[in-house]
Amino acid sequence: MNLKPLQQKLLAAARAHPPSDRVPYAFEQRIRAHLAALPPVDLAALWSRALWRAAVPCVAITLLLATWSFAPSPVASTTEDLSQQFEQTLLAPADQLEASW
Amino acid sequence: MERTEAELIAAAVKGDAASFEPLVQKYSPRVFATARRYARLEREVEDIAQEVWVKAFQKLGSFRGEAPFEHWLMRLAVRTCYDFLRAHQRNRESAFSELSEPEDDWLERCAAAPDSVNEHADAAKQLVERVLAQMSPAGRLIITLLEIEDRSVKEIAQLTGWSGPLVKVRAFRARAEMRKILAHIAQDKYL
Repeated sequence: MNLKPLQQKLLAAARAHPPSDRVPYAFEQRIRAHLAALPPVDLAALWSRALWRAAVPCVAITLLLATWSFAPSPVASTTEDLSQQFEQTLLAPADQLEASW
Repeated sequence: MERTEAELIAAAVKGDAASFEPLVQKYSPRVFATARRYARLEREVEDIAQEVWVKAFQKLGSFRGEAPFEHWLMRLAVRTCYDFLRAHQRNRESAFSELSEPEDDWLERCAAAPDSVNEHADAAKQLVERVLAQMSPAGRLIITLLEIEDRSVKEIAQLTGWSGPLVKVRAFRARAEMRKILAHIAQDKYL
């Protein structure tokens, strides 16, 4: 079966049957009543809800960082501190100069 | 003296729901026609239309008046319909076994002589509704806007908030998805 003509025919059928634009009776009054019944937007409540939501990941991150900082580092005990290595490298020419004098 | 649309909108932005009522009255036929493209049950259509108007009232402050109010409202309507399709995508029809007799006949006549079938037939309308109901939300939206409502890529991009290239990519995928569904029907019927 050739699908292309079938697809074209079905799309033509959809174009040939536009949906109704009928609006139910007194719909605008229903919307007005619905809008009147909506609770007013409480900005303070929205703000506090957002804060409470943000609190959970903040606490989790704090705990994670605290655990990480208090955990003993396996590298620090065996090798020298990076700052010391940097200082030695930087001052190596000066040491050599002193040795030659 | 009758108030202008801009005056009604300005009053509604300040929270005057009574000023919003003439806008609802004027534009509801377009909102309902749009909603009926995506929802079959009248209860669902009314829910979509109500949601569109509630959102419109709440977001009216973001309407800057640079484009007509109708364009802004239709963007809201199309996006609400897309949200509806995404929320109900699990309820998509999964089988064509329950095709009605007129649909079956129409399909057979289309397979035998495509030029002789009448696209105005109710069976064709029901069949296309079935096919669209099987499609993904994005696919259905694109096919409806591009192929059925005959809108341009630029218009669709404005209505949906998608970029132009994304609309083109989704249109390509949607056509392929539709052909796949039709192939599935053909396989069920003729193999």
